[in-house]
Formats: sequence, structure tokens, C-alpha cells
Amino acid sequence: MLTCKNATQLLSEAQDRKLALSEKMRLEIHLALCKGCKNYRNQMKFLSQTCRRFVEERNKDSE
Amino acid sequence: MTANGNLLIDDAYLETIRRDMIKFARLQLRDQAQAEDAVQEALLAALGNAKGFAGRAALKTWVFAILRNKIVDSIRQRHRTTNISALSSEEESLDQAFEAQFKANAHWNLGARPSDWGGPEETLRQQEFWVVFEACLEHLPENTARVFMMREFLEFETSEVCRELSITTSNCNVILHRARNGLRRCLEKSWFSAGEQPC
Repeated sequence: MLTCKNATQLLSEAQDRKLALSEKMRLEIHLALCKGCKNYRNQMKFLSQTCRRFVEERNKDSE
Repeated sequence: MTANGNLLIDDAYLETIRRDMIKFARLQLRDQAQAEDAVQEALLAALGNAKGFAGRAALKTWVFAILRNKIVDSIRQRHRTTNISALSSEEESLDQAFEAQFKANAHWNLGARPSDWGGPEETLRQQEFWVVFEACLEHLPENTARVFMMREFLEFETSEVCRELSITTSNCNVILHRARNGLRRCLEKSWFSAGEQPC
């Protein structure tokens, strides 16, 4: 059974690479039972969207 | 310089772009002088080719694309003399703070459980959020921040980040996780109200 600590590492790596099917399954089972890690996953997505927006705003014409 | 180029690049506009660029470069290089150098080089390279732009937006995109390469050059150069995966005391304390979020069985501690931030749209519209976000970025240890920003701001694949900085993939994954967790904790504490029911 995946621990929350290990789940956070996988959730970070999911932003960078395609997880293996076995990793994905273990993660999904864990997330179904753990609200904290589900929130963590959304926070990872939030961070990456925020970074993208940050760069877009920078590149936008500032007039 | 062409007439078109001249139209695009009046001094006031140039100064605005330059300020934005320096801010962007300084976040990643953590060094004012190096940031200014990178921006200077990028601007010179861009202005040398400042013809045929459909407008200022295109010019700005182009200038930032050049800046991206200059920032990487600068990181690469500095990396020859420093070890990016070496742990500073700041990184160690980030790791300790990470560990402290969990109980002995490696599940979330009461009070450390990540909360529901909701969708980003509403949050990202708020000007104050960006101030907090930048402060949290600045708060990350230097090397951790650099790897994270190469990945998320300069949009390198993890494999490219590893290659550029000659670190292993697993090391890269550890550093990115450290960065994301540090940022997440900082935002949770400084922006989102923390603490929900335990896992």
C-alpha cells in the first residue's frame, strides 16, 4: 500500500513524465481513499498552471 | 535598423521590456549582475534582428525566447564551478519540514494535510496572489529554485534539465519534488488557509 509520503513523490513526477501503469494504479487506489493526497494532486496542477500563467504574463505586451 | 524596427523600439518601451526581463532573469539566476548581463546580451541579439515583427507582442515574445537561452547559458557556465545537487542547510531544512508533515507510518500528520485550494482561475486573477507567489519562489533555496524554474518557466523536459546540469534523473525528481513541496507549503501558509480534517 502506497504511503502518503510516496504518493507525493509520484504526484510530483506525474508533472514531468508519464507514470507507468502500475504506478498509476497504486496511486489511483491511494487517492480514492485519501483526501489529503487528492488535494496534493490538485495543488501540483495548480502550481504548474500558475507557472505557465506567470510566464505568459511576462511575455505579454505590458501596454 | 529598419524604419519598422525604429517604430517598435522607442526608449520608453525598451526600458519597460528591460525591466520585465531583468526581473524574470533575476528570479532564476539570483544575481543582479548576471541577470543584467543576460538581458543585455538578449536585447542586443534581438535588436540586431528587429525587422519584420508584426508588432510589439511578437518582438517581446522573441526577446524572451532569446533571454531563455541566455539564462540557460549562464546557469550552465556557473554550474561548471558549483555542484547543483549539493545540499545547503536551506535544502536540508526544507527536507526536514517535508518529513515533519508525516506521521511515523508516512501518512499525513494532523494539521499538515494539504487543503483544497479550489480552481486556479479566481486566485490567479488576484494581484496580491502574485506578490505572495513571487515571495515564495524567492524563498526557495537557490539550486532548488533553479532546477524548478528550468522545468516550469523555461519549460525544459526533465531529461534536458538533467543533461544540462549533469545530474541523474532520480536526483532531478527529488529536487523538483522538494521545490514543489516547498512552494506548496509556502502558498498554503501564506495564502490559503491551512488545516483541514486528517487523512
